[in-house]
Amino acid sequence: MKKHKWSKDDQQLILLSLPTVIWFVLFCYLPMFGLIIAFKHYQVAPGKGFLYSLFFNSQWNGFENFRFLFANNRDITIAMFRNTIGYNLLFILLDILVPVSLAVMMRNLRSRMLAKVAQTAMFLPHFLSWIVVGYFVFAFLSTDHGLINRFLTALGAAPVSWYQSEAAGYWPWFLIGLHLWKTIGYSMVIYLSSINGIDTEMYEAAMIDGAGKWQQTRHITLPMLKPVIVMMFILAAGKIFNSDFGLFYRTTRNSSSLTSVYMTLDVYVYNSIFNNSRPVFGYISAAGALQSVLGLVMMLLANGVVRKLDRDNALF
Amino acid sequence: MSAKKDDLHSELPSGLRRFNALRPGINLLYSIIFILLSVLCVVPVIFVIIISFTSQSSIARVGYSFVPAEWSAEAYRYIWHLRDFNGFPTVLRSMLNSLSITIVGTLLGLMLISSMGYVLSRPFFRLKKFYTVFVFIPMIFNGGLLATYVVNAQLLHLKNSYFAIILPLACSTFYIMIMATFFRISIPEGIVESGKIDGAGQLRIFLQLVLPISLPSLATIALFLSFGYWNDWYQASLYLESHRHELFPLQYVLINIEKNIQFLANSDMVASTQSGELPTETMRMAIVVITVVPIMFSYPFFQRYFVSGLTVGAIKG
Repeated sequence: MKKHKWSKDDQQLILLSLPTVIWFVLFCYLPMFGLIIAFKHYQVAPGKGFLYSLFFNSQWNGFENFRFLFANNRDITIAMFRNTIGYNLLFILLDILVPVSLAVMMRNLRSRMLAKVAQTAMFLPHFLSWIVVGYFVFAFLSTDHGLINRFLTALGAAPVSWYQSEAAGYWPWFLIGLHLWKTIGYSMVIYLSSINGIDTEMYEAAMIDGAGKWQQTRHITLPMLKPVIVMMFILAAGKIFNSDFGLFYRTTRNSSSLTSVYMTLDVYVYNSIFNNSRPVFGYISAAGALQSVLGLVMMLLANGVVRKLDRDNALF
Repeated sequence: MSAKKDDLHSELPSGLRRFNALRPGINLLYSIIFILLSVLCVVPVIFVIIISFTSQSSIARVGYSFVPAEWSAEAYRYIWHLRDFNGFPTVLRSMLNSLSITIVGTLLGLMLISSMGYVLSRPFFRLKKFYTVFVFIPMIFNGGLLATYVVNAQLLHLKNSYFAIILPLACSTFYIMIMATFFRISIPEGIVESGKIDGAGQLRIFLQLVLPISLPSLATIALFLSFGYWNDWYQASLYLESHRHELFPLQYVLINIEKNIQFLANSDMVASTQSGELPTETMRMAIVVITVVPIMFSYPFFQRYFVSGLTVGAIKG
């Protein structure tokens, strides 16, 4: 077989895309190979670069590093996996239920003006960083001056130290609420724009057949939204071992008495990088490898299940 | 997305429209829900703005309040007087740091994203299949935090450099897919062909023919990129060492003043203002306000663009 010659177009397009390809190699593909650290006993070779240390100065040690994740501190390990997976499962469910319902409601709202204003207002949290949100939370929960404690004392109740372990029971609710508060506006707009893309003739035909609001939603809107919902679900399944780091780490002010509430794999890895006087690279990298590999497996699983049930909607 | 489409059922005959309208009771209920949710999203910002304009003594007496006992702009005055060793206002410098990171990063990101988006959208490109997979894989698999950190810090030597913030955030598969979809739908092959007949190469076609008619999509991506940069604290906290104050962007300043605001001022200044009397709580909130206000007053103007930009991405992404 004779090879096609590269056309001039191809050459120019390759040149045009070269910077982005380099970016992907440096910032996406190199770190993937960095996962090798997870399977090595990493030792720095003094005076030599990172690559030399990794390849010529460090022994392979199989799955040794992964044992650390389970052998370190049982309570922390359990909390870490429980929180990571638990919050994520809940978020996957809520992130579909709440924004889809709100999008359907907003689409049916009579006042277009209110719909526009509400869309704008509800998008605001998406553009704020968790740092800023952490300060918002503090304005309400601060033990000395916070709004909530002022209310409590005004009502004659005892103030609560919200960032101490006495309030640990409330924090899962706070975290869930904050997550919804920050993400709802964005996902609602995604669903809303898909709803707006539905051909109005379908609704017209349904109405002529006498279908009410609920039946229109159930038989037209939801089935038309299915591809978007399924895509969001598959992508979320792949992130089930990751967490929205800022939510867990910043809004709780990283308070050590609340560790059991907000400890997730990401928080654990981040803490380990900065809190150990001598970072144990192999151990931390093992946590990352676990997240990446299990995440991929989860995504393939979710995609596989979707493919079995409904071929057209699978992501790949 | 035309304005007409947004208007619910405007294309319907009036009889059907009446049939399909929400019953007044339900409409009222929905309206109340959306009003409450909107208030909930905006009120915290207003609260923090009010706190930043409250006097320290008022806070000491009655705490944070929507109606402070005494208003005051002292927090902002003190912030203006926080100077570094060169006598330059510390917070202003952090603002300029954030601004330069945002501008450089957004431009670089636009370049990386739009060029790859365009290349992926060309139907006859020989490496199209390979590139699609190449760009898609990082969306489902990555090296994790530590491997990324080690590569950036030890292999690329990006510590204490703005490149550590700018480069990793410049590009993403998701944005490339949005751009590629946009180009595929809205740049007719005819335009590219006519450019070629005129003897232009792909680079010139891209820069002079394609980009100028893609402004709405570019604006969407630019908006998301620039807010991403303005809001970044994560990269900063990973790669900027805590003693390099002069490099701090605003968000990282916000992290560091949580426990201690003194570091923002050089020692002379703290001594001269009797450091105990700095209105630290209101100053913190004032810096939050300085960070948030540019976002709050800019995004509503761009909303039309990013809603339609997201739509293209969501439908075909």
